[in-house]
Amino acid sequence: MENSMIPVAVFFAAVFTNNILLTNYLGMCSFLSVSKDLKASYGLGIAVTFVMATTSAINWAVYTFLLEPFNLEYLRFIVFIMVIAAFVQLVEMVIERVSESLYAALGIFLPLITVNCAILGVSLFMVIRDYDLITSFFFGLGSGLGWFLAILSMAGILQKLKKARIPRGLEGPGITLIITGIMAMAFMGFSGILTIG
Amino acid sequence: MVTTLLISVTIVTSLAVFLALLMVIADATIANYGEVDISINDGSRQYTVRGGKPLLKTLGEQEIFIPSACGGRGSCGLCKVQVVKGGGSILPTELPWLSEEEQQDNIRLSCQFKVKESLEIKIPEELFLVKAFETKVAQIRDLTHDIKEVTLQLVDPPEISAKAGQFIQFQVPEYELTDEEVYRAYSLSSAPSDSTKVELEIRLVPNGICTTYVHKYLKEGDTVMINGPYGDFYLRESDREAICVAGGSGMAPIKSILLDMKDKGISRKTRYFFGARSAGDLFLIDEMRELEKTLPDFTFIPALSEPQPEDDWDGDTGLITDVLDRKLENIQEAEAYLCGSPGMIDACVKVLKDKGIPDERIFYDKFA
Repeated sequence: MENSMIPVAVFFAAVFTNNILLTNYLGMCSFLSVSKDLKASYGLGIAVTFVMATTSAINWAVYTFLLEPFNLEYLRFIVFIMVIAAFVQLVEMVIERVSESLYAALGIFLPLITVNCAILGVSLFMVIRDYDLITSFFFGLGSGLGWFLAILSMAGILQKLKKARIPRGLEGPGITLIITGIMAMAFMGFSGILTIG
Repeated sequence: MVTTLLISVTIVTSLAVFLALLMVIADATIANYGEVDISINDGSRQYTVRGGKPLLKTLGEQEIFIPSACGGRGSCGLCKVQVVKGGGSILPTELPWLSEEEQQDNIRLSCQFKVKESLEIKIPEELFLVKAFETKVAQIRDLTHDIKEVTLQLVDPPEISAKAGQFIQFQVPEYELTDEEVYRAYSLSSAPSDSTKVELEIRLVPNGICTTYVHKYLKEGDTVMINGPYGDFYLRESDREAICVAGGSGMAPIKSILLDMKDKGISRKTRYFFGARSAGDLFLIDEMRELEKTLPDFTFIPALSEPQPEDDWDGDTGLITDVLDRKLENIQEAEAYLCGSPGMIDACVKVLKDKGIPDERIFYDKFA
């Protein structure tokens, strides 16, 4: 593959074939709790996409220019978390100041995702897979959109299920997990189109 | 080896310091909303405060206490305030608590939105009567196996002016179950004429932050901070028959209302239905029978849903809703006062409405 095409391939792979939620099962906690509501899922999806894309780029820079030169790769877990937490907090403050409608739609979800494992996961995968800056950014963006796609489909399905009769023991997270599994199998249909990693 | 260690420590520390510095600067610049003016009730009160905090907290710092049972987590929906000017649009976290009319009147949850610009708000005048009180625990006694009666002697200020049926907020300090101060709401069970003390009935809820604190840790002589009084659950002035219904610690505000009727010489017809599971869950029966003698037209009707053989019960049995359904006839003109769990209240309101009492004459206090 041409080098210039790699970011594009990684982007699509992150959305479909290697969807972070459906193949790695990362970011499940907010996925399970928020997917009950379509509107909130939409806001959270946008917030996750934005934070994944930006933090993967920032963490790439921190990793390449700070950790690698001093052989401190083993500290990446704690450093990535710190950067993500501070960045999310900062973005929340800025959004709250700048635009009220954006804060209502996106800002209030930001504190929820500071500790979302999918976001840390993206930063760690990018290191393991040795991506460059552009690829990392597109990987983050793709993973975010993939997560967005997954939670939005789940919210849609749960909306329909509200009227369905579900065995009592399976109500709530139970049925959500089963549907997630079926969705993951459906997404396996995309495998082979693209590969990353 | 030592140098690598030093380098790694330095790098991580400087990164942390850099990020922390960034946050501090952001806090002082981006999140700094400067001084803003809050004007309450068409300018009858004016405050100049620092912006950036939720309205509930900002008002609390000015000693104006908006009732809130959850302590500002946006889960009880009590801290509603009408915002006339400023404050922006309603946030998604407020929507579940606001009806369409309330949204049109720009009623807001004061714990959710932050003060960022000058505001004009409306607060019911009686909230200005709300104060913070320092109290001492005068007495704790067991009413049943899981309900304790706590009597608090007011220290500073020494008197409270409450209406019978209203509630106060009890401050729980940091302890095993909570790492910050929390507030929980409890109804007064003492008569308003008894203005130097406050009596509460507190039922143990498994893992309840406040109830565990009261049941396991609170001792006579301890200092307790409370604030209040709050609430619009109180006896309305009229000659209509009053039908009171309560379960468990819902006894508290009804007892306060009955004592108040005695003090004020109110002689309206009153019936009080009290629901419990078995005889072990009944309490203050003697006090109620005493009131039957002193009040001119008062009947106390306790009912057990699951009387045990050893209870030797000859009173009413069945769920409180069934008892109401059986006993109440021609009550279209009556007023109803209910206190208890949300499930019990919803069920009883339905029965009372079927019997012809209109919504506006059914008053209730739900345990949130």
